[in-house]
Amino acid sequence: MLDRMDELAPLFGISLYETLVMVIVSLVIATIIGIPLGVLLVVTRPNHLYPNKWIFQLLNTIVNIIRSLPFIILMLAIIPFTELIVGTSIGIRGAIVPLIVYIAPYIARLVETAFLEVNYGIIEAYRGMGASRFQIVIRIMLREARPGILLCMTIALIGLIGATAMAGVIGAGGLGDLALRYGYQQWDLPVMFGTVIILIVLVQIIQSLGNYFAKKLKMSA
Amino acid sequence: MIELKNISKTFHDRKTKVDALKNINIEINEGEIFGIIGFSGAGKSTLLRIINLLEEPTSGEVSINGRNLLTLKERELRNVRKKIGIIFQQFHLLSSYNVFDNVAEILRMNGVSKQEINKKVKDLLLLVGLEDKANQYPANLSGGQKQRVGIARALAMDPDILLCDEATSALDPKTTDSILKLLLDINKKLGLTIVLITHEMDVIKKVCDRVAVMEKGEIVEQGTVLDIFSNPVQETTNHFVGNVYENMITEEMLSALRGDDPSYILRLAFRGDSALDPVLSEVASSYSVTSNIVHGSITYLKGTPLGILFVHLSGDADKLKQAISYLEEKVYRVEVIREISGKPKEVLV
Repeated sequence: MLDRMDELAPLFGISLYETLVMVIVSLVIATIIGIPLGVLLVVTRPNHLYPNKWIFQLLNTIVNIIRSLPFIILMLAIIPFTELIVGTSIGIRGAIVPLIVYIAPYIARLVETAFLEVNYGIIEAYRGMGASRFQIVIRIMLREARPGILLCMTIALIGLIGATAMAGVIGAGGLGDLALRYGYQQWDLPVMFGTVIILIVLVQIIQSLGNYFAKKLKMSA
Repeated sequence: MIELKNISKTFHDRKTKVDALKNINIEINEGEIFGIIGFSGAGKSTLLRIINLLEEPTSGEVSINGRNLLTLKERELRNVRKKIGIIFQQFHLLSSYNVFDNVAEILRMNGVSKQEINKKVKDLLLLVGLEDKANQYPANLSGGQKQRVGIARALAMDPDILLCDEATSALDPKTTDSILKLLLDINKKLGLTIVLITHEMDVIKKVCDRVAVMEKGEIVEQGTVLDIFSNPVQETTNHFVGNVYENMITEEMLSALRGDDPSYILRLAFRGDSALDPVLSEVASSYSVTSNIVHGSITYLKGTPLGILFVHLSGDADKLKQAISYLEEKVYRVEVIREISGKPKEVLV
């Protein structure tokens, strides 16, 4: 493997770069969608701040439906939608749409769990002191749930890396594509194991960072 | 100042219907400490939450200073709530904020300026005795300290009313005393009206002016703490007051006390200012009856002693009646607990 370093290094470099682009862009957009969705899944529950059976049931059902599809199927099934949004269903752009659709409900569910961890007594305390419901969501619940949300994002991020690898199927590029084309189709084992090692290192770094910051958030600030 | 009229609350489950509160009427005066005592499940927590409408009554009226809260719009209700502080058994502090921020956050929400917040929070922490803990996080505080933060937070908006939801139930006796002292202190200093619920009579004794006893969603007895202690009527009240005669006056004791003359067991309540010894000896000498103390105790109600004596009085039937009416004149409360007839003249063993 080492003797082919000159040939492989740029290959891995570009693939890692493509993976990171897909992960970061879709994570950012999915977070923007997923966190409010997760918040809604909590506050629209009966006896919560904005009880609304219909909205809760609707969101809950949508999230459940999307969450029950494996990424590879979801990606292929929504090709028409992807084409509608970004004009193509292949490449990085074509992969980002299904990645968002896949990971946003995932984030929503995880955020929901983190939010439910916030003791309802705290919410009641601030309602009793005359805080508005909006203030309670933004200033109390979101803040109290921060460590939990951060850990959720870590889990989502790792799931997202796994999904980007599958996006290699639609020629999205990235590490998955590399492993598929070189590793599987040409049976180039050094490339395959190189990809595996990079993925392991990547996930380790993300998980450690996530744990570290969540702990920091929990202890202070 | 706080008026609850015909309050009822029914919780509906899928199938069952629970009447948590039944036709409750309470009036709480400005500046007093009003206690609500009951076993768990009596509905006291629900009742407390109805005062600031965290719980809406199924029927009835909640008024504060003559304003019916149930007619208010959300924004108006929020303004009323800002003047009602609340503290909890489990404190409910923000774990991600330090002590200073826990107190400051509600002020920030209300757009108070930074300088004012700094001053206000410092004053409050001084009041509750936590001036050196401003930068600590709740996780590093003891239970008593957490409740002090809770109190400081509840006082941040300068409320007129403080609601205490089992505020000392999670604390050890010594810490409970210190928190109760603090509540008395702020009641005096700030003229705050305090409504507290508890299942510990000790709390009522130490701080309350008036008390309501709750059982199964109803108020079975209410009045001044002195009245309730000197003359508890309902079984639940007697239980809380620690006034269960059955355990004290046994059948063995009764048969031992039975003499030739008819006799009574009386329960006498003395307030702190009335002396007790002369009364009994006077009765004995002027009505030629014999008196024996069966049991005695002293309770302190907000610092004022209340003496309870169980006295056995025997003698001539008419003299006894006169003696009792004399006692009724002299003693704060007299209650006949048992009447013991004299032994029949012809006894066949």
